[in-house]
Amino acid sequence: MTSISRRSAVLGVAALTAGLALTGCTKAATDSGAAGTGAATAAAKLSVVFIPKNLGNPYFDTSDAGGKKVVESLGGTYSEVGPQQASPDGQVQYINTAAQQRASALVVSANDPKAIGDALNQARKGGTKVVTFDSDTDPQYRDLFINQASPDGLAKVEVDGITKQIGDSGEIAILSASANATNQNAWIDLMKKDLAANHPNVKLVDVVYGNDDDQTSFDKTAALLQTHPNLKGIISPTTVGIAAAARYLSTSDKKGKVALTGLGTPNQMREYVKNGTVNEFYLWNPADLGGLAAYAADALVKGKITGKEGDTFTAGELGDFKVGANQTVLLGDPFAFNAGNIDQFTF
Amino acid sequence: MTPAPTQEPTVSVPDAQPGIQPAVTSETQLLVEPSSLSPRRRIVQGLLRSREFSILVVLLLVVAAATIKNPSFLLSSSGWRDLLLTPSMLIVLAVGQAAVIITRNVDLSVGSVLGLTAYLTGRLFIDHPGLPIVAVFAAGILVGGLLGLVNGLLVALARVPALVITLGTLYIYRGIVLSWAGSSRINASDLPPDFLSLGTAQVLTIPVLFIVALAVLGAVGYYLYTARSGREFYAIGSDPDAAVLYGLNVRRRVLSAFVLSGALAGLAGVVFAARYGSVSSDAGTGIELQAVAAVVIGGVAIFGGSGTVWGAALGAVLLVTINRALPMLGIPDFWQQALVGALILSAIVLDRVLAARQSRRLVEARDLP
Repeated sequence: MTSISRRSAVLGVAALTAGLALTGCTKAATDSGAAGTGAATAAAKLSVVFIPKNLGNPYFDTSDAGGKKVVESLGGTYSEVGPQQASPDGQVQYINTAAQQRASALVVSANDPKAIGDALNQARKGGTKVVTFDSDTDPQYRDLFINQASPDGLAKVEVDGITKQIGDSGEIAILSASANATNQNAWIDLMKKDLAANHPNVKLVDVVYGNDDDQTSFDKTAALLQTHPNLKGIISPTTVGIAAAARYLSTSDKKGKVALTGLGTPNQMREYVKNGTVNEFYLWNPADLGGLAAYAADALVKGKITGKEGDTFTAGELGDFKVGANQTVLLGDPFAFNAGNIDQFTF
Repeated sequence: MTPAPTQEPTVSVPDAQPGIQPAVTSETQLLVEPSSLSPRRRIVQGLLRSREFSILVVLLLVVAAATIKNPSFLLSSSGWRDLLLTPSMLIVLAVGQAAVIITRNVDLSVGSVLGLTAYLTGRLFIDHPGLPIVAVFAAGILVGGLLGLVNGLLVALARVPALVITLGTLYIYRGIVLSWAGSSRINASDLPPDFLSLGTAQVLTIPVLFIVALAVLGAVGYYLYTARSGREFYAIGSDPDAAVLYGLNVRRRVLSAFVLSGALAGLAGVVFAARYGSVSSDAGTGIELQAVAAVVIGGVAIFGGSGTVWGAALGAVLLVTINRALPMLGIPDFWQQALVGALILSAIVLDRVLAARQSRRLVEARDLP
């Protein structure tokens, strides 16, 4: 079964490559004719293939559009391919095809940290640079990972946001996902430290768990407001939690009296930002993430950086970036979404 | 199987000859001849001794305790609204589940049916803007009823235990939602404001969704209590073989119980969308167990044949209200689930104790000369 499908896949790829080689030839011919004098840079001509987790996902539509803008501004060719469903090995065939086409760089959000590793290393042997973003592979399979946010950055921006909204004094609570979610607990610990160190008048009275379920999060919010009548603010570092909490708040007599912030997506939060339940919430900007990945790919292709720790490069209007441990580049502080900018985003 | 103390006709009582035994104790006499009391006393006694009454008392105690601790639990406008609104969806599910359990079956697929119709609700509003809200409610009930029909056909015709069949359809229906919705979700901004405001709208301080739940409860309760076909649900649950021998149309009744449960789960799905305003593919996961728990706490015997939907509805309100009140009383999150479990166990133990006492008394009454 697998051998047959693998064989047919190989045949398919071979046929595709042949076809592409033919069309590629004609294209190359016209290119060289048009470019003429630019022979020196022609070797390092930038062609970047974006491979999102799946197509038709508004989040990746936004991030890849950011990447497209940057690639085209750098004079490169941009393309986006990917599976319909986010399955672990669904990206392999697209990686193989892009490698056969000798794309100069791949920008991938990995569906699985290992399943696409061999395909990526194969591509890298052929000279293609590999940048992962949003979701990383194991470090040995890529040249760089563009990390959207650091735990410290996320925790800090949420604490700063809520304390600013409640005037830096009063009771607050946290609505988390599940009690054993590693990343959530790491963020909550950082928030507790930040609160203790920098906001002595703000008291964290409760941490409740909505299990990333609409209904549970909603009911837990109701219980929080009942249990703590003096509550002034809620932080929900989970997209499901903040939307459910906003839904409850928007229909309760605490609307406007209890501040709510956390990590959310514009589509889920649009309603509540517009009706005044939520002032501001945070996440990274996927367009910037895609853009930075494109700049990083360009820097790798042109040989400005090799991806080792300490390398620095400039990413246009996004600023200067430095490669950190594990060949990782951090996008920076989370992005604040509010009534003024939420309509620019559709993910 | 186990005749409840008060509300069941005493079908299994052996021929009693009341007038002949002056020596029997008054309690035993009452057991075999309840009509020796005046009708008014019988109603009052029946009410006081009923399971429903004891659940109501527990419920009132919980509400009182929470209100003493924090007056806004009952006395603020949001508190009063939430007290009635939060259990509305589970009441609808529990009523359907009770009807199925009374026939000695169970419907585990209601959570998946709810998820499917909740997502359907969102999709209908997105794909057909301007669709009247009534049509969406009708669609939810219809699709839920169809899914219930599938359950009913499999259970009634294939003669496989409902536990297994509906466990299967639980996964199948959930699979349909997962492949349909994928990672997408319905957001509040996708739903029309009129529909969303239905989630919290009130008439004379009573939430509309609670009124919907009460209407469902009233209709089903009246049917099961008075209609001949409604009484047959109990007969089937008491002894399915006897019901067949007696000539009851067991298949049709079981089928209609599942259609009812499915349709009500469909209604609950639309209610879910209106209340929570956002629907993902895992909406309603696990709620089937809450529905079964509400029914059991409400005094419906898990092996069918006894109990009422009134009890199931009270069980649903108690379950939801306890969950809301416990954090307020300072019980940590982690202990709340254990307390709900203890509640279910004590309800079942109480069931067994009452049933054993009843049958012992019946035996005593029979053995007397």
